[in-house]
Amino acid sequence: MKKFAAAMALVGLAGAASAEPDPKDWDSVLAAAKGQTVYWNAWGGSTATNDFIAWAGDQIEAQYGVKLEHVKLSDTADAVSRVVAEKAAGKDSGGAVDLIWINGANFAAMKENELLFGPFAEDLPNFALIDTEQNTSVTSDFTVATEGLESPWAMAQVVFYYDTARLAEPPKSMKALLDWAAANPGRFTFPQPPDFLGTTFLKQALFDLAEDTSVLAEPVSDDSYDAVADPLWAWLDQLTPHMWRSGKAYPQTGPQQLQMMGDGEIDLAISFSPGEASTAIANGQLPDTVRTFVLDGGTIGNASFVAIPYNASAKEGAMVLANFLLSPKAQANAQDPNVLGYGTVLTMDRLSNEERAMFDALELGIATLTPAELGASLPEPHPSWMTRIEADWTNRYGVSQ
Amino acid sequence: MRLAPTLTIALLIGPVLAGLAGTIAPALGFFPALGGTSVSPAPFLDLFATPGIWASTRLSLTTGLLATAISLAITALVLAGWSGTRSFGAIQAVLSPLLSVPHAAAAFGLAFLIAPSGWISRLASPWLTGWERPPDLLIVNDPWGLAMIAGLVVKEVPFLLLMSIAALPQTRPGRSYTVTASLGYTRLRGWFLITLPQLYARIRLPVYAVLAYSMSVVDVALILGPTTPPSLAVRVVQWMNDPDLSMRFQAAAAAVWQLVLVIGSLFLWRLCENLLARWSVVLASSGRRGRSNGFGRAVGLTFAILVAGSVLLGLGGLVAWSFAGFWGFPDVLPDTLTARHWARHGSNMLPVLWQTVLIAVIATALAVVLVLACLQTEVTNNLRRGRTALWLLYLPLLMPQVAFLPGFQTYALLLGIDLGTGAVTLTHLVFVLPYVMLSLEDTFRAVEPRHMVVAASLGASPSAQFWRIRLPILLAPVLTAAAVGFAVSIGQYLPTLLIGAGRVQTLTTEAVALASGGDRRVIGVYALAQTGLVMLAFASALALPRLVWANRRALREAA
Repeated sequence: MKKFAAAMALVGLAGAASAEPDPKDWDSVLAAAKGQTVYWNAWGGSTATNDFIAWAGDQIEAQYGVKLEHVKLSDTADAVSRVVAEKAAGKDSGGAVDLIWINGANFAAMKENELLFGPFAEDLPNFALIDTEQNTSVTSDFTVATEGLESPWAMAQVVFYYDTARLAEPPKSMKALLDWAAANPGRFTFPQPPDFLGTTFLKQALFDLAEDTSVLAEPVSDDSYDAVADPLWAWLDQLTPHMWRSGKAYPQTGPQQLQMMGDGEIDLAISFSPGEASTAIANGQLPDTVRTFVLDGGTIGNASFVAIPYNASAKEGAMVLANFLLSPKAQANAQDPNVLGYGTVLTMDRLSNEERAMFDALELGIATLTPAELGASLPEPHPSWMTRIEADWTNRYGVSQ
Repeated sequence: MRLAPTLTIALLIGPVLAGLAGTIAPALGFFPALGGTSVSPAPFLDLFATPGIWASTRLSLTTGLLATAISLAITALVLAGWSGTRSFGAIQAVLSPLLSVPHAAAAFGLAFLIAPSGWISRLASPWLTGWERPPDLLIVNDPWGLAMIAGLVVKEVPFLLLMSIAALPQTRPGRSYTVTASLGYTRLRGWFLITLPQLYARIRLPVYAVLAYSMSVVDVALILGPTTPPSLAVRVVQWMNDPDLSMRFQAAAAAVWQLVLVIGSLFLWRLCENLLARWSVVLASSGRRGRSNGFGRAVGLTFAILVAGSVLLGLGGLVAWSFAGFWGFPDVLPDTLTARHWARHGSNMLPVLWQTVLIAVIATALAVVLVLACLQTEVTNNLRRGRTALWLLYLPLLMPQVAFLPGFQTYALLLGIDLGTGAVTLTHLVFVLPYVMLSLEDTFRAVEPRHMVVAASLGASPSAQFWRIRLPILLAPVLTAAAVGFAVSIGQYLPTLLIGAGRVQTLTTEAVALASGGDRRVIGVYALAQTGLVMLAFASALALPRLVWANRRALREAA
């Protein structure tokens, strides 16, 4: 009897939700969003991010009557798992996840398994503020076409941070890094792949060490792989014995490096957020002698996105939130180093003068590079490179005992 | 009332079996949502072809078995050398509160103590060691898992000690001591020959639970364990979280492999029990009385101090971090102290705190009612069968959580009972109930039966006997069991996350999410909040009987 009632309830829900929202009809999206609660599943490991999301919630509640609940995750995969489990149980509507902070491999997997709602992103009113020809990383996520299934909200680029009190001249290429590590053993490490930042470090090294990097934009093939990867392994074979704990242990996440830097265990660390060091200094996590730099050959950059699962309960509300995140007000707030320090995805010449003024008024943090110093970013390699490099690294160094 | 045992078992076994089925199916390649529509051995073949799988397997076995053996040995030494003495009260008073410290918090605290950049190293640097920078030494995350074993031992000793103290009175150690001492046995030798076998029979289940837990623990392994490769449970979680969704099949296979290892180890443990039992018979028949007590007692005391010291100092470290501005090496204390972290997180914590307490109180109350109903039914109907079946209740403690929770989630979704505080509370019940049973079972059965005979002869019905005699006598142990249950509920992470879809946030889900950011200040704030909450529960369990039975001295003490 109970099962029957539950089944009926599910049928009822399915019936109610069968009318999929039409992102092109923005007025009806706004109308339907009013009163909805959006469960945004986003990594919860950073107090700064959590505060920003809380701020965004206050804003959209006041402007659009949409309530935002931040589901704090320790790993984006938890949200993906949830959607997979719901699909496995046949729960094709009324799902628990409305919006996911996502990019790269997680996006590719959800797209491939048809777990996403859309296309919707390019119909968001504020999407017109992005010149997609100039900023191609908002329509191609790790070379996978987004096809409107996810909406960009922040730009990220690889930087390295170091403590000027302990390291005067940081090494600005992978070869220089090896020389420096050999002279200063035990003072450099990277998060252990498959942590995404650790894998990013390996990809960054690929760009710096390989002769021909053009193949990185294509799916990996056996022919291209060895030519590109062999110099990386040769270089890592030399570097690893000079690393922190001689490469016998690794930090498990990127943020763990902040603590190790603060403890003086390491002198140099990789980060995917140009403003992270400044925010950490303001937070008392790093000494104020820390600065950032990029490699001479340039560093990898990508965009962070939000996506809506195919069975989300509040798709309209989720779109309203995605659109708000693209608004000049939200973007300028996110770029403020005292708030998040994330780069904006918007194109400045598409903004009004007042809107541009909000960005111009921002002061960069003490350890943050200017856009000119950051330089143009390198594109992410095709995800198949990441999968293969990651697996090979684990075989070679990750199970070394 | 008669249905209580059946209802309880159904409530617990349902989720476990459904969860197990939901894990075994993908392990055999069957999971239609991800395109697995036929049964194949591929996931297991992939698993055993994975580099480092045997190293991970070995780590799971060695860390689990060693942590359990060492914890048990320390517990036995402390009890053998000191129980019944005046100093034992002090040892108990120091060790018992350690039960309130969450595993992850204790592990973080320990890591900060022993790391090359940790507190001990800071205290000695640079004046003694000459270190201006932390040395590059592999202490935490060592490849043998020693730091991880230490992290488990400091948490399991208090647990086994509490369980032993509850069971000890039934073995009448005082009388045994009188007899063995009059026969010329040393205190230690007598205790190990006479009291330990009786005690061990009563704490066997908690020991098995410790073994199963230590083999499949994730959070402690992540903080203190080896990383190249990590232990099996950590790899299960990593594969479960891999963006490549086809890795879920291998993850499920690894979870089943973890379960097989746990079952195999339980059998191995059982085998060792038999061997030790035989050896102790030989030892007893030898008639040797034992030479001296001093050394054994000193070792027991030293370890008790080490265990208590490392957890308490670790907590102290977390307190310091929760108020720290920048705090570099080799400073023994932070440059600046600030209440900012508490102010920032305190206001976010209040609604979460309320939800956490609500879930824990309801789950614990349900567990206590069900356990009392089961035990009372058993006593009044003299059910022997019920007792065997109650073994099934402990299944959730012996099964690695990663092996059945993902399957359980699918099952809950199919029934449509997921989401919401109610579903999460019921899920917590699955884990709270076995611990409440564990803490209460023996004491309940040990209530002097002659009281009941007297009551019955005065015309009291079984229900009157329960309400007017048994329950009042059991007030202290029931409250202690409730506090244990409350602590278990507070500590649940995976069940809360999976069944609550992340929408039900508790102190622990918040703590784990924030801990992924690695900031010791935030970790400190949340770990202390968790510890404080549980300590409050234990303190109430101690204080209430003293208030209620202010004029009944013998009823004030637990057990």
